[in-house]
Amino acid sequence: MKFVDEFRDKSLVLELAGKIRKISKKPVVLMEVCGGHTMAIRRFGIPSLLPSHIRLLSGPGCPVCVTSRKYIDQAVAYARRKDVIIATYGDLVKVPGSTSTLAGERSEGADVRVVYSTLDAIEIASRNPEKSLVFLGIGFETTTPSSAIAIKEAQKSGMDNFFLFSAHKMMPPAMAALIDEGIRIDGYIGPGHVTTIAGGNMYKELAEKYRLAIVISGFEPVDIMQTIYMLVKQIELDKPVVEVQYRRAVTASGNLVAKKLVNEVFEPRDDWWRGLGILKDSGMGIKSAFARYDAEKQIKVEVEKTIEPKGCICGEVLKGTRSPLECKLFGKTCTPSSPVGACMVSNEGACQAFYRYGD
Amino acid sequence: MCLSIPGKVIEIDGIMAKASVGGTIVNVGLHLVDDVRVGDYVLIHTGFALQKVSEEEALETLKLIKELQDPDNQIY
Repeated sequence: MKFVDEFRDKSLVLELAGKIRKISKKPVVLMEVCGGHTMAIRRFGIPSLLPSHIRLLSGPGCPVCVTSRKYIDQAVAYARRKDVIIATYGDLVKVPGSTSTLAGERSEGADVRVVYSTLDAIEIASRNPEKSLVFLGIGFETTTPSSAIAIKEAQKSGMDNFFLFSAHKMMPPAMAALIDEGIRIDGYIGPGHVTTIAGGNMYKELAEKYRLAIVISGFEPVDIMQTIYMLVKQIELDKPVVEVQYRRAVTASGNLVAKKLVNEVFEPRDDWWRGLGILKDSGMGIKSAFARYDAEKQIKVEVEKTIEPKGCICGEVLKGTRSPLECKLFGKTCTPSSPVGACMVSNEGACQAFYRYGD
Repeated sequence: MCLSIPGKVIEIDGIMAKASVGGTIVNVGLHLVDDVRVGDYVLIHTGFALQKVSEEEALETLKLIKELQDPDNQIY
């Protein structure tokens, strides 16, 4: 078993499509909150396999998309310092800040490096002791442990030039905020890899409080179709609970080693999400015990005034209240090669998914 | 960002391992997982193994789909 091909079996996908049609009577709105699902659903043409009364929405599951322009502007300000090397995951370099991007700064001579892993960033820092290395820590529960490992590694080797600029966020507060805003969502296609780390129990309160169907899903077409079947069944029976479809990687309690590490280094703080504003305890800040690795505390920079792009509806797209196709900029002035807003930049953004694969 | 892919562990050297992802060999940190052995599949995210992938559970998932029998569901 290779854990990919088996879950792309066309006959199973079609069998599940048939079963969904058979059991689905009520109109339902299902939202996914993971950029990986956004892309997979479009790429595999999942909506075309479903009855028209099952609507699929994309939510705030793309970390690059929900991150503020202010964060990009501050990263740009760090990049402009001659004594700083920026290390980042690739998604971030093309995201527009108010007046610049990290890619733009790089072409002006800034030292901006794309890394695959935080360990690469540690390596760059150790080879450049005369420079401060700022790693842009972005991502949800899945990615936060990688940043925690980097801080612990820096501490272990006594490094004094590694700094993390955290934009790490947690998913459940955003999932709750959408419901609080009155957006109609009957069930969530739960984020598979966030939950690999965090564990299925994380959503229990959410499911109970809002009577939401939540099924944690894998990323192959069979996974997604089975998840939709499970959600529809819960909704038809009016018994919403948390279930895990992605059982080969997700447990109820998650990855305890990773969670312990994250809790050692980070603590919840209020954070801003595009489309949703400031959500209580939805971000992850670095604990004071590790303040010497906190870029925000150790490297002071002047950050330019935030300017949001005119006409961009990324914030509404992230809430599922408007489709990328409703945006006047979509496919005209805003394309993946020349993006106006974050939802078009990221290869996990809904706008880019619609651009590449259609409705 | 949360993209993770299954890879087969082919070599372990302390906290680091090499894994094959569809034939491409990648370095994987084992900082977040216990008890990984050569031959195991792990989910790889930003250079770290997030979790061992369970073959037993994968087979069970596929079995469940094949066993979905509509008459078992009273409401239909």
